Amino acid sequence: MIEFLQQLINGLAQGSIYALIAIGYTMVFGVLRFINFAHGDVYMLGAFAGFYTAPKLMALSGGGPSYFGAGLVLVSAMLICAAIGVLIERLCYRPLRQHPRLTVLITAIGVSLLLESGGQYLFGADPEAFPEIIADSAIELPASWGILSSLTITVGQVIVVGSTLALLFILRTVVLHTKTGMAMRALSLNPIAASLAGVNIDAIISFTFAIGSAMAGAAGVLTSIQQPSIDPLMGINAGLKAFVAAVLGGIGNIPGAALGGLLIGLLEALVVGYVNPTYRDPLVFAVLILVLLFKPSGLLGKPEREKV
Amino acid sequence: MPIPSPLGLSALAASVLLPLLPLAAADEIPVGEFASLTGASASFGQSSHKGTELAFEQINAVGGVLGKKLRLITEDDQSQAGQPATIVRKLISQDKVVAVLGEVASSKSLEAAPICQQNKIPMISPASTNPKVTEVGDYIFRVCFIDPFQGTVMSKFARGRGWKKIAVLTDVKQDYSVGLAEFFIKGVLANGGEIVREQKYSTGDKDFKPQLTSIKAAQPDAIFVPGYYGEVSLIAKQAKLLGIKVPLLGGDGWVGDSLLKVAGKSLDGSFFSSHFSAADKAEKVQGFVTKFKSKYGEIPDDMAALGYDSAMILADAIRRAGTTESAALRDAVAATKGFDAVTGTITLDARRNASKSAVILAIENGGFQFVETVQP
Amino acid sequence: MKSLNPKLLLVLALVLAAVANCFSPSLNPYYYDILITIGINIVLAVSLNLVIGYTGQFSLGHAGFMAVGAYFSAWVTLNFGFVLGATTPATVAVYVLALASGGLVAAAAGLLVGVPSLRLRGDYLAIVTLGFSEIIKGVIQNAEPLGAQRGLGGVVQHTDIFWTFSGVALAVYGILALVHSTYGSGFLAVRDDEIAAEAMGINTTKYKVLAFVIGAFFAGLAGGLYAHFKQFIHPEGFNFLKSVDIVVMVILGGMGSTAGVCLAAVILTILPELLRAVSDYPWLPEPVRNLADNRMILYSILLIVLMLNRPQGLFGKLNFGSGKS
Repeated sequence: MIEFLQQLINGLAQGSIYALIAIGYTMVFGVLRFINFAHGDVYMLGAFAGFYTAPKLMALSGGGPSYFGAGLVLVSAMLICAAIGVLIERLCYRPLRQHPRLTVLITAIGVSLLLESGGQYLFGADPEAFPEIIADSAIELPASWGILSSLTITVGQVIVVGSTLALLFILRTVVLHTKTGMAMRALSLNPIAASLAGVNIDAIISFTFAIGSAMAGAAGVLTSIQQPSIDPLMGINAGLKAFVAAVLGGIGNIPGAALGGLLIGLLEALVVGYVNPTYRDPLVFAVLILVLLFKPSGLLGKPEREKV
Repeated sequence: MPIPSPLGLSALAASVLLPLLPLAAADEIPVGEFASLTGASASFGQSSHKGTELAFEQINAVGGVLGKKLRLITEDDQSQAGQPATIVRKLISQDKVVAVLGEVASSKSLEAAPICQQNKIPMISPASTNPKVTEVGDYIFRVCFIDPFQGTVMSKFARGRGWKKIAVLTDVKQDYSVGLAEFFIKGVLANGGEIVREQKYSTGDKDFKPQLTSIKAAQPDAIFVPGYYGEVSLIAKQAKLLGIKVPLLGGDGWVGDSLLKVAGKSLDGSFFSSHFSAADKAEKVQGFVTKFKSKYGEIPDDMAALGYDSAMILADAIRRAGTTESAALRDAVAATKGFDAVTGTITLDARRNASKSAVILAIENGGFQFVETVQP
Repeated sequence: MKSLNPKLLLVLALVLAAVANCFSPSLNPYYYDILITIGINIVLAVSLNLVIGYTGQFSLGHAGFMAVGAYFSAWVTLNFGFVLGATTPATVAVYVLALASGGLVAAAAGLLVGVPSLRLRGDYLAIVTLGFSEIIKGVIQNAEPLGAQRGLGGVVQHTDIFWTFSGVALAVYGILALVHSTYGSGFLAVRDDEIAAEAMGINTTKYKVLAFVIGAFFAGLAGGLYAHFKQFIHPEGFNFLKSVDIVVMVILGGMGSTAGVCLAAVILTILPELLRAVSDYPWLPEPVRNLADNRMILYSILLIVLMLNRPQGLFGKLNFGSGKS
């Protein structure tokens, strides 16, 4: 029982990371109807952005690990990734908006490969050690909790889950209660009607990419708190799992992406702990295939009718 | 059919003409090297290449061998299977090398070895530890010890420290890890120990808490983690977070720049076997470390030391043979006895593997400490 | 092409391959290596072109089918190489059987991948095919008789110019013949507008599965040729990057143009070797040499530049796909 709860806690923390990345996939699909293959690599860039800015930002808050310094690193990584996301969209996807989907998909693959191999060229192939922005340690659970006190919950895990919830809440506010958010929703429902109603399509799309990439950047920093070894290829695996999470939750549906991320994280932890760690990756593909075969619109999505 | 583009035509023409330009002058001895300088295994390849390069520089500084300078022709296999065969063919037939140095990864050595064997060009691997590599033929050598020896060394060490109940955490994606674990387990069982839990992970994994949770429940005296530094550093960190206090044991795959940077203090109290220790006070080792540091600005690791030794042994063999003729050179390499190398005293045995000692290093206060040398 | 009897051309190509083979011992082994690799890459590219270019199914898992063919054929010759006798004709006969059976097993794998992928389009199909390729790789990595993570070695080098270019001739002939038949119109209909095709009564399922199966067959054949040339195969040699290699050839050549794809395969086989020569020269500045070595950076830039400026590649036609699915 304890082991099960422990795996659940592990899965929750990992799932939060997938949720953050999955949101980016789902938002871009919502407005552009295409899968941004390069999104996983933005997560990687977020980790590296944090790696390079952390020394200077931590110095501002006194040198050692601190919540304030960590917050600065997080925000800076989010801003950098937002800029990168907007840049990629502007240079590589916008010129192809009238082209067949296949063309954009191939371009996205090209961008993804470029970020990965470029990252290896610029940062070196060896993993880097992410600086300690928060002192990660196991929280001492009071003995009065009885048997539960033998669980290990780390400060890092709490921060990850907490930050994810905070970011999701902010996102929800933006999407539901701001004019820009309304414009985004309009765009994903019907682009032509939205532009007739006066929505600036280009600006909203850029905004969508900015938010999605910022989420991925945040995920990059948060993950580095728990797993401080970052390398240019770390986005491949996480990106793939987050994509499956987005599909599982219903692609185009933001709460769905969050839900999907959590589910995938939990599923992974349980399979690794109780079945066989080598099944971790094939399992995720299996989930994808099953979802696409039996409920392509995902858990929270509505089936889309294709008009001709 | 449309006219092929001018770019394509000129590329075609250049590709035919360029390689015809000779790379080695007549008074130089060409030696080939193939390594992973880019791609996923780049850190190993770059290390061994630096060591080899330094050796060549030193050899040529004193006039080379047999009155000629040695010319190192290096090709990058980009960590991609399929490439070693092509580039070794190029080195042999195009650049007419007298010998080939490479590779670190056993799978790449296994790919290139048949070609060197068929062409009767001696091949010396600096760091491939899979026994199968030298079994390809009598022109294939290595200057490192092999997995069976290393696995046994660590099992003896564990026994010596009184650790009887051992858990094993293997990287199933790496043949190196699987091989080392196999021989370690054999050794432990032979010494009366017990394997209390076996868990697995894959290269590239970042989260090991599920496996470590399971291992913790089995209450081992020590945990053997024969993987590569990229994952070992995270494993150590997460083990400490989960409250695992027993030492970790490992092999030469632990050696990597980021191991201690990422793991910090969480590896204190752990041990691993290796080819080389930069802290070894021996004059030969310190001399190498100093020169490497001044040329590259970093402390050399195992791969660099082995890359250096493979080049030095080749040069010594050329000297002893008095010629670069392939059969004579092969015999000279095979006859290497008691060579005073940076990674120990090397004698090549009848199976063309290096018979030499392993060092066991401890990690204390975030640094490596030399513990002992284990003779074969 | 109608003026020359295609079957005659095929026979001519086979004869040429046999003749060329006689000259091969005098060829520099490095150039020989490149020539064989060109042949294998042409077969891979042409077979993937059938799937992506003619039928519009974006498959990112072609290396998986190549792996199936490579491993199965290698397993056959390693275990049954002498079952017909130890003479050269006997072992060569086993080799040919191995190649053929490798292709057939790969085709079966194509069937397994094609059927579930029927309901998927574009982006999802790409990821699922990638997933299948990873699963195939995973199966091989856990299979002891196939060498698992150590790789499989000791394969006899049966592949030579004759076999390689016969394979090329067969693949090109086979696919062109298919495409110029009524099947071809079916493939193109599926590519251009699947819903309209279904509405017109075309069995899109049949054509999609057929494209996968035939594409996989030739990929498996290429894999067999590859295994018996390199003599050592390793699961990592058939990973996503290998699939990307082949995809880049198809895109560069122009989807739907067999001639273009052949030329692209030639260019993209020679280009890395050319870059290797460039990076050898010590008088070039270090960053340039490192860049030349980094094939993936150049490939990815090539992909992006091509898509932004000339999505039809070298010889493709621009009107593939109508912007819908």
